[in-house]
Amino acid sequence: MKTKIRTSVEIAGVTLKNPVMSASGTFGSGTEYAQYTDLNRLGAVVTKGVASVPWSGNPTPRLAETSSGMLNAVGLQNPGVEVFCQRDLPFLKQYDTRVVVNVCGRTQEDYCQVVERLSVEPVDMLEINVSCPNVKEGGIAFGQNAGALEAITRAVKKYAAQPVIMKLSPNVTNIGEMARAAQSGGADAISLINTLTGMKIDVHRRKFVLANKTGGLSGPAIKPVAVRMVYEAHHASGLPIIGMGGIQTAEDALEFILAGASAVAVGTANFQNPCAMADIIDDIEAYLEQYGIDDIRSLTGAVDG
Amino acid sequence: MEHTQGQYKQKENCRVIRQESVGNHIYSLWLHTETIAGCAQPGQFVMAYSKDKSRLLPRPISVCQTDGNALRLVYRTAGEGTREFSSLKTGDFLELMGPLGNGYPLDEGEGKKVLLLGGGIGIPPLLETAAHLAGSVTAVLGYKDEIFLKEEFEKFCPVVCAVEHAQDDTADAVTGNVLDAVRKRELAADIIFACGPTPMLRAVQAYAAAERIPCWLSLEERMACGIGACLGCVCDSVHEDEHLHVCRKRVCKDGPVFLSTEVAL
Repeated sequence: MKTKIRTSVEIAGVTLKNPVMSASGTFGSGTEYAQYTDLNRLGAVVTKGVASVPWSGNPTPRLAETSSGMLNAVGLQNPGVEVFCQRDLPFLKQYDTRVVVNVCGRTQEDYCQVVERLSVEPVDMLEINVSCPNVKEGGIAFGQNAGALEAITRAVKKYAAQPVIMKLSPNVTNIGEMARAAQSGGADAISLINTLTGMKIDVHRRKFVLANKTGGLSGPAIKPVAVRMVYEAHHASGLPIIGMGGIQTAEDALEFILAGASAVAVGTANFQNPCAMADIIDDIEAYLEQYGIDDIRSLTGAVDG
Repeated sequence: MEHTQGQYKQKENCRVIRQESVGNHIYSLWLHTETIAGCAQPGQFVMAYSKDKSRLLPRPISVCQTDGNALRLVYRTAGEGTREFSSLKTGDFLELMGPLGNGYPLDEGEGKKVLLLGGGIGIPPLLETAAHLAGSVTAVLGYKDEIFLKEEFEKFCPVVCAVEHAQDDTADAVTGNVLDAVRKRELAADIIFACGPTPMLRAVQAYAAAERIPCWLSLEERMACGIGACLGCVCDSVHEDEHLHVCRKRVCKDGPVFLSTEVAL
């Protein structure tokens, strides 16, 4: 008889049926993708960033393809927390999956306002986006300085009813220091990496391809950087980690888990394959079976050496 | 309805029936589809996926024509992705998702004098539109220099070509852009359906406003998801969008066809 394989993981006391979730900004609030894939299969849906009021985002072009990657400069366009609570959250609650709300803001007050508003809602976790490279104020400014990161973590924790995940930027010199700063501020978990700041120039027109000039690089091009940073953050802090950055396959996901992640997020791959997450979940189970591993949690940080 | 397995829509791996070049860097690709062609409406588009996985994003390509289960895409090679598609031979496969987007509101054109205004690679999506509205439609096709698809439009409607780099006006072509042709030939319309580069659409939008003609514009934008989730392909809208709650609309999901008075180009 086959032994029962355990694929569920725990992050800050919240149990996810499997370690695979959507990466913020690539999956909206799940509404559109629900026509293409079964949201019930996912460990969690991580929503697009939600602000205190509607944000219009950046001008277009907002997208550019690069080799094995893509740049985006959407600029956190979102309808605001009230619309999210009244329309998107009830939609997500129809599904048997965890709901993680990504929170964005320009000021500390913005973040705290959204976190406080969500404290009375059926949300499982909060992911605080202090690492978006595409907005001029706030965002990444809180995520590139350890003192500022610790301070905003402490501030949002005061208003949060749910576990707080701080989403870290890779656009820093020392990711371990940032992981420790989030921990000192009281974060319950960290997620990394957000996109790497990049640029693309059209040499024929001598113009920037993106209206915003710079954008966030995602996709398999950034995966080795992301795996390294997850490994370093895992060793620098004891916090549970949600690893992400270019995951397309179960093997990619397992690299992050072996490097120290408890769960993973899949973003850009959804654009290539709307069922990418379900495929990855199936293939992780096959891997566990192949190697006779009965509990996926035993793999976190289990790389030799 | 798109291709579905159970209750979910999915991509379809489509066999190439034939492909040919119909102009400089312009290709006509006929594909056998299980369901896409059967439900595609004029003005809708498909996402086409590269076999080279280093090219992450699918390419949005408008539906040019359908014939039973056969789908025709006419596109211009603009980079490595579309160049890969242009090398497809009979019997090869191309992965598609769709049809996506809203398409032209053909009902609005029923029994009216319809003017189709197409510019460059914005011409192909108007061919199926012309077929549906044959009898009451005139097509004005704008080119920089080389003319393509003209004879195929002539099967369905009178055609006037506008050739930007032409020397002199001829019987079936005028020098200049599509609006120059409309004015020179005094083409009246009850409704306009247009597709082309943004500067052309902006001019058509202004013309329609001045002449008080209802006008529908098909927009083009870089896309990632193609289904309205990522917000990569928005355009500006005159009023706050009901879904997005800001003055933007999603070209892939809310469009690509918009009433000219609802978008700011």
